[in-house]
Amino acid sequence: MKPARKQRLILIALMVIGASIATAFALKSFNDNLMYFFSTTDVVEGKAPKSALFRLGGMVIKGSVERPGDGMMVRFKLTDFSKEVTVEYTGILPDLFREGQGIVAHGKLNDQHVFIAEEVLAKHDENYMPPEVKASLKNQTTSGTNK
Amino acid sequence: MFLIPNAVVRFFHRMASPPHFYAFTDKVMPWLIISFVLLTGFGLYGGLYLAPSDYQQGDSYRIIYIHVPSAWMSLFIYMVMAISGAIGLVWRIKLAEIVAISSAPIGASFTFIALFTGSLWGKPMWGTWWVWDARLTSELILLFLYLGVIGLYGAIDDKRVASKAIAILALVGVVNIPIIHYSVEWWNTLHQGPTVTKMDKPSIHVSMLIPLLLMALSFKFYYLIALIQRIRIELLQRERNAQWVKAKVLELRL
Repeated sequence: MKPARKQRLILIALMVIGASIATAFALKSFNDNLMYFFSTTDVVEGKAPKSALFRLGGMVIKGSVERPGDGMMVRFKLTDFSKEVTVEYTGILPDLFREGQGIVAHGKLNDQHVFIAEEVLAKHDENYMPPEVKASLKNQTTSGTNK
Repeated sequence: MFLIPNAVVRFFHRMASPPHFYAFTDKVMPWLIISFVLLTGFGLYGGLYLAPSDYQQGDSYRIIYIHVPSAWMSLFIYMVMAISGAIGLVWRIKLAEIVAISSAPIGASFTFIALFTGSLWGKPMWGTWWVWDARLTSELILLFLYLGVIGLYGAIDDKRVASKAIAILALVGVVNIPIIHYSVEWWNTLHQGPTVTKMDKPSIHVSMLIPLLLMALSFKFYYLIALIQRIRIELLQRERNAQWVKAKVLELRL
């Protein structure tokens, strides 16, 4: 390779490496801000903001969804498989909302440590399969350990 | 060069010459179009008709046959643009510069399609058109990088200088590519994790996966066709005073 070309190649490599390092440091320092939601463990341990709006993510515990009263109000428990948080929401739930489904709620904690949600979004998982396959998977897991 | 067979080196040397490239693409174009039409036909038939509904999303999931290949293309085309830009910078090959700028509008379109179809799907599934999570935001930044490349190229009159400028912009923007890919693993996001490109077996049923891969391949062919057409126009414009272009024009006129 000619010296001039080699020099340009090295210069380009240095530029890309430099930009990568700078970005890595920037992302590292903003790491917490880039998290889209807090986990339920964060909330129980008091890491989430006390009197401000924030997002809470977790899985809806099976059998925890209840509708006290006649209105649109729905109450359910979220978990990250270690700590639980109760959520209350008044409004229309997205299609994918169901027990055992991951969701992200936007709102704030009240004094009783209940999360009052203003918005509930369903978090879709990365699994795609036909209903028949899902049914046969369910039959297998009910006989063994349940997920 | 080391490790690369001589025949390959000779092929690339010849391809880097504009008249040879022009003649060669004349010959391969029909084959590219046939492959694209067949792949798209089979892919869409498989994806929209043969593939079963999803156990949770019903038929709404079928948007992945457009959304996922577009998102993959948006990353792939960016890498092509950055690498050919770098080759143009180091070896001063005119064709590499043209590949870089010709890729930008195609990549921008695919990025837009990925964002748009994702938004359409997000409203019924997530409950919102848009969220500022790491995946969606970094993909939006990718769109702005593409638009920046197109704008910068248009702003500089000397196209050789413009090509150098966009190559540097594209190379700096390369840091965004791993961020987009790993955003769903590094941070909590509303967007789901990777389905196909993860280490263990894909978490998508094989009857749904095959049409998806066909569509991904068909989009690659579309890119190749669109890229070649753009390159040919750009070549004619840049080489308008060259002997081979004059010969070509005379040949067409007769």
